[in-house]
Amino acid sequence: MKTRSLFSPKTAIPRTTYVGLSVASVLAIFGLWCLLTYGGFTPPDFLATPGEVLAAAIHRIANLSLFEHMASSLEVILSGFILASVLAVPIGILMGSFPAVQAIFEPITGFMRYIPVSALIPLLILWIGIGIEQKIMVIFLGTFFQQLILISDVSARVSKDLIDCAFTLGARRGQVVMRVLLPACMPGVMDNLRVTMGWAWTYLVVAELVAADSGLGYMILNAMRGLFTDVILLGVFTIGILGLITDFFFKWLRQRLLPWSVNL
Amino acid sequence: MSLLTLKDVSVRFEPKGKPPVTALAEVSLTVPHDTFSVLVGPSGCGKSTLLRLVAGLEEPTSGSITLDGRPIEGPSRERGMVFQSYTLFPWLTVRENVMFGPKLKGLPKSECAAIADELIEAVHLKDFARSYPTELSGGMRQRVAIARALANDPRILLMDEPFGALDSQTRQVMQELLLEIWQSKRKTVLFITHDIDEAILLGDDIHVMTARPGRIKASIANTIARPRDIDTLISEEFMGYKRQILSLMHNEALKAAM
Repeated sequence: MKTRSLFSPKTAIPRTTYVGLSVASVLAIFGLWCLLTYGGFTPPDFLATPGEVLAAAIHRIANLSLFEHMASSLEVILSGFILASVLAVPIGILMGSFPAVQAIFEPITGFMRYIPVSALIPLLILWIGIGIEQKIMVIFLGTFFQQLILISDVSARVSKDLIDCAFTLGARRGQVVMRVLLPACMPGVMDNLRVTMGWAWTYLVVAELVAADSGLGYMILNAMRGLFTDVILLGVFTIGILGLITDFFFKWLRQRLLPWSVNL
Repeated sequence: MSLLTLKDVSVRFEPKGKPPVTALAEVSLTVPHDTFSVLVGPSGCGKSTLLRLVAGLEEPTSGSITLDGRPIEGPSRERGMVFQSYTLFPWLTVRENVMFGPKLKGLPKSECAAIADELIEAVHLKDFARSYPTELSGGMRQRVAIARALANDPRILLMDEPFGALDSQTRQVMQELLLEIWQSKRKTVLFITHDIDEAILLGDDIHVMTARPGRIKASIANTIARPRDIDTLISEEFMGYKRQILSLMHNEALKAAM
């Protein structure tokens, strides 16, 4: 038996093999798509051809409507996400390290995280109407409670010895929180912001389900009425690509802000 | 006149639904000024608990602990501690780690830097002053931890098996380095270990502890001449102490393993 084999678990494979397999998997799906559509196996109102999606993209880029939808969606997602993060990061860090704070937030968080955001939409409409606030609220509720749990976990995992050590070096309680607990949590916080940003994207269509007149989710839902599968796919790809970009942004940000945590 | 005095210190835990555990039972101990005291005992004998009491990180159930005659109330920079686990702040460089205490004290930046540079040199890490902890080996990290604790110029340095996680070669190097630093700075040290060789090599006073409940079984004055080094480990005198402590601890290790 060879030591280095594609079939040995946790064994490095050559870079070229890795890239080759990745490209092959993407090409396989793309090939299947081409085969199904150009081969005439699926009707156009079931699945658009790559060419039609490209044409739809060019058209909507040329008249800038794709960018308008993107801007509108980004406004909703970023507002909801930033609002959630600004609250969840400090509360989560305190929750994970102070049992009293945990006692206050745990019951509501534990309950809320299992409620599908879509179930709250009717209430949101009654309470705050159908404007952008309602859409932002959907993103907020979808990410806030998940962030709270994840970040409180990060905080709970900070070594007690690190905290105790700071005390023996003369730090007071407030200084221990600000100078030790907070920076110690940062790598985990960044990772979880990245993960929950991904989730925020998945709530976009739900957020734009009701009374929207722009946005990528709206674009997709609107296209469904006319069976425009090319526009639906364009919307899906755009969300995927924007999601990837935010993911890379967070990776870059972590390397930039927390260079010490790269080998952690 | 002794610096640190423990009188009849007991610690009892009462876990829910389980019988209460006595971690320390009426421990009395004195640590004189400028001496190196070692507590040696089997794992689970409460020696770490004892050190945490002195650090002010835990409170005794009964008994009194005084430093310079004043009772200990909570942690303080005058009782610096080096932990067995790696406790360097990973977001700070070696130099910034060592400056952490002086900076909290509010010393001017130039003074903090001077203190840090001197100590980093003393632990032979000048070339790593700007490195982050993740770039250092285990031994180097513990050297920085020692420098960082010393930067506050504490009244007493508490060391909780600081070399316990290191391989035996690194541990020897660290022991020699610690002796060298102690020889030049003459700090009062309270050091904890389960390693008898380490205890005899380092200590002026060696307190042998028993397990469950933790008690001090014997206190031995170690008169092996200083400066000591690795050759001390094979001297006749050393063997004498080792035989004595081994026999004291033998039954205890058996008890702890039961």
